[in-house]
Amino acid sequence: MKFDSPATTNPIDRLKVVGQPFSRIDGPLKTTGTAPYAYERHDVAPNQAYGYVVGAAIGKGRIAGIDLGKAKAAPGVLAIVTAENAGKLGKGRLNTAKLLGGPEIQHYHQAIAVVVADTFEQARAAAALIRVDYAREQGAFDLASLTDKAKPNPITSGPGDTAVGDFAAAFAAAPVRLDARYSTPDEAHAMMEPHATIAAWQGDKLTLWTSNQMIAWNAAEMATILDVPKENVRLDSPFVGGGFGGKLFPRADALLAALGARAAKRPVKVALQRPLMFNNTTHRPATIQRIRIGATADGKITAIGHESWSGDLVGGKADGAVAQTRLLYAGAHRMTATRLATLDLPEGNAMRAPGEATGMMALEIAMDEMAEKLGMDPVQFRILNDTQVDPEKPERPFSQRQLVECLRNGAERFGWNRRNPQPGRVRDGRWLVGMGAAAAFRNNLLTKSAARVRLDGSGIVTVETDMTDIGTGSYTIIAQTAAEMMGVPLERVKVRLGDSAFPVSAGSGGQWGGNNSTAGVYAACVKLREAIAQKLGFNSTEAEFAEGEVRAGNRRVPLTQAAGEAGIAAEDGIEYGDLAKKYQQSTFGAHFVEVGVDAATAEIRVRRMLAVCAAGRILNPKTARSQVIGAMTMGVGAALMEELVVDKRAGFFVNHDLAGYEVPVHADIPHQEMFFLDETDPMSSPMKAKGVAELGICGVAAAVANAVYNATGVRVRDYPITLDKLLERMPDVG
Amino acid sequence: MQGPSDFELSRRKLLLGTAASVAFGAAPTAYAQPSAVPAQADVAEAVSMSKVSFNVNGSLREIALDTRTTLLDALREHLHLTGSKKGCDHGQCGACTVIVGGRRINSCLTLAVMHQGDSITTIEGLGTPEHMHPMQAAFVKHDGFQCGYCTPGQICSAVAVLDEIRAGIPSHVSADLNAPLQLTNAELRERMSGNICRCGAYSNIAEAISEVAGRPA
Repeated sequence: MKFDSPATTNPIDRLKVVGQPFSRIDGPLKTTGTAPYAYERHDVAPNQAYGYVVGAAIGKGRIAGIDLGKAKAAPGVLAIVTAENAGKLGKGRLNTAKLLGGPEIQHYHQAIAVVVADTFEQARAAAALIRVDYAREQGAFDLASLTDKAKPNPITSGPGDTAVGDFAAAFAAAPVRLDARYSTPDEAHAMMEPHATIAAWQGDKLTLWTSNQMIAWNAAEMATILDVPKENVRLDSPFVGGGFGGKLFPRADALLAALGARAAKRPVKVALQRPLMFNNTTHRPATIQRIRIGATADGKITAIGHESWSGDLVGGKADGAVAQTRLLYAGAHRMTATRLATLDLPEGNAMRAPGEATGMMALEIAMDEMAEKLGMDPVQFRILNDTQVDPEKPERPFSQRQLVECLRNGAERFGWNRRNPQPGRVRDGRWLVGMGAAAAFRNNLLTKSAARVRLDGSGIVTVETDMTDIGTGSYTIIAQTAAEMMGVPLERVKVRLGDSAFPVSAGSGGQWGGNNSTAGVYAACVKLREAIAQKLGFNSTEAEFAEGEVRAGNRRVPLTQAAGEAGIAAEDGIEYGDLAKKYQQSTFGAHFVEVGVDAATAEIRVRRMLAVCAAGRILNPKTARSQVIGAMTMGVGAALMEELVVDKRAGFFVNHDLAGYEVPVHADIPHQEMFFLDETDPMSSPMKAKGVAELGICGVAAAVANAVYNATGVRVRDYPITLDKLLERMPDVG
Repeated sequence: MQGPSDFELSRRKLLLGTAASVAFGAAPTAYAQPSAVPAQADVAEAVSMSKVSFNVNGSLREIALDTRTTLLDALREHLHLTGSKKGCDHGQCGACTVIVGGRRINSCLTLAVMHQGDSITTIEGLGTPEHMHPMQAAFVKHDGFQCGYCTPGQICSAVAVLDEIRAGIPSHVSADLNAPLQLTNAELRERMSGNICRCGAYSNIAEAISEVAGRPA
């Protein structure tokens, strides 16, 4: 189905099932420990052996020699695969660094060997017996020292640099100006399920039971790397224990399980050890950002400029931190610039809202600082500079844009009018209390997605698509979509996901999964409805599917009868025309945070959080809300604790486990409030929905930072905001 | 301030200390843990096996194990009870939480052979998809999870936390050690903080636990 004109009324609009807050249909499996994740598939292949991964101990250089002798002789060892004996491996297009290093080492903990043994304990013990002689080389590990050498680079959503009007002149002429630098650190996805794969070969056909967000990408990618025909690789990933972008591309577990299985002539299972993950896999790259804003005395932005520096391995990508600044606020004179330095740290790549997450961390502090310079309320300053069109291309309106409504609604609910604009003035016992706000912004991305839908003789509707559910609620919203379209209760729908044998979906990433995958299911259901109507001799445009029946005029036929014993199936997908070119499609929100900062120790506690979002039709308010509060939680981590600490001599992330890399825990997160504004977006898809999962993280960290400033009067521009950065400048106690 | 020579000295001391404590060869690099592999003897020793029997979810299980096998791996890899999750294998995330003798533990931090005769409850022992434990049902109702990987550990912890409070076992945030423990929001969040949920379902988890405990979140 080609979606090239705005959606009109369709069966989804009935909202009998879609839009309702159903509990997750996979909930009973997940809460009872019976949902099978990748490493747990004991049933799929007999006689599974265990692989243990060895990571490189240098940041850059070469393996001068590797001694496998003692390891090979260790009990239970079946095979050891290194780059030396793996055979020729292709290079996929999605990864920057090789998944199996050697002799050249591109980054610390790059995999250099997998030891396969009968048991996990044997594989682990044998791995410790491998002796590696490294020739270390000098690497570049310090972004701040390389900004002068950084080169222009495009970002995912477009060019790296843009310019409209005469930024330099307008900024110089502006009566009120801000020129500030900000930094964000390297961050880890740290999803709870480590990357894991079971691999089994049958002749030259490979099956990978794995944990992956993008099934079709990765089946193709593994075929390229292993140099086998694409159709010979099957991926199956029905449950994914979190991804956040860290499982978009193949990782060493999949490749090493496949190579290990080929060498050991047995199915092999590999999970990346947690302390290996932080340097072995990808991370959100650190940024240095400069923001300049010029405004009239009454607060109208006349010039806005955003520059960003990040680093990556040769051939890597720049972080897109400037992306939202092209679209979020008005201003006639604008510029953005993106610079990429070569770094020999592990590969930087996508993590939840890549670009906007880091960019909003800086921009939304800058807006707070600018409002203060103007003597304006920061919420009011944002409202004043709203735009309903793409500021770089004013002929392009937003399809929907309720930023102002989100800000106003949130301010009202949060009690923003009780905020004291003078920082450091509100005390509650030992706590200095402050409030902060920030806008939320993330684009809505459209990408094609297909599904197969079958109605059987017992009236069960089965949906199959290679879409993944990484905690997002895909199972549930896909079931809701099919139930609505076919006029059956939710319990009559079965959803099967994550198998590369199924039609290719949008997959999970970039908050595109929900809208696109359900639109693909919608398309397949339209086709199935037509097939059923045709079979019954109904006019398909008149046929109504409701309460387990097909109705047209005064005829009504139960679906069970319509399906017949053989059942009836259809397959189709959604494809998009140029509506996204004509209309800028984005999602919006407003974050409000209250913090307490201990007046003596500068310990920061988040006391209240509220988000109000407008993101098209909300397909399931319960699971969508969870997406947003989860993203708010990750935003608190980004604000207050998350930082991969770089050892700039040896070139690696020092805090490479879940004790050293701190993420929010229960005690860090208060009760969170979250509301969606009513919205349907007919430009996005027949579902009229958009993404929410990444919107929720955009701006949160800045709202926390602004609240800390309001509490203490100490402005911190380098994340994370830890107490050591506050202590020296804290107001006098007492 | 520490001078460069002090640094060299302390690093050498550190290395000596490390070598002494593991009693065999020096690490191949001075900078960091050489790889993700723990330090081990250079000698390939024969596997040491042992039998262990314990009660899991009401059934007596007897298995012969490599003595290095953790309780978590015994459950997941030998008994195929994969509900308990391996998130870190280092006691840092709580995904492997099970209840042993009524108390919650990180099953990745204990060897299976240390549990001869113990009574172990895993997530599978609390309920099934058809007959969920009230805590499991509350997690579903309040959407106290997303990806689901930390969930069994969260639920086992939550069940044990309510018992700990009932038993009067204090926590870091208990205000008065002489007064009966109150099941406050702060108590719940403090006690649950060993169970990381990267999807960030904490607010919903707190509501689920509070409902089971019979108090508002």
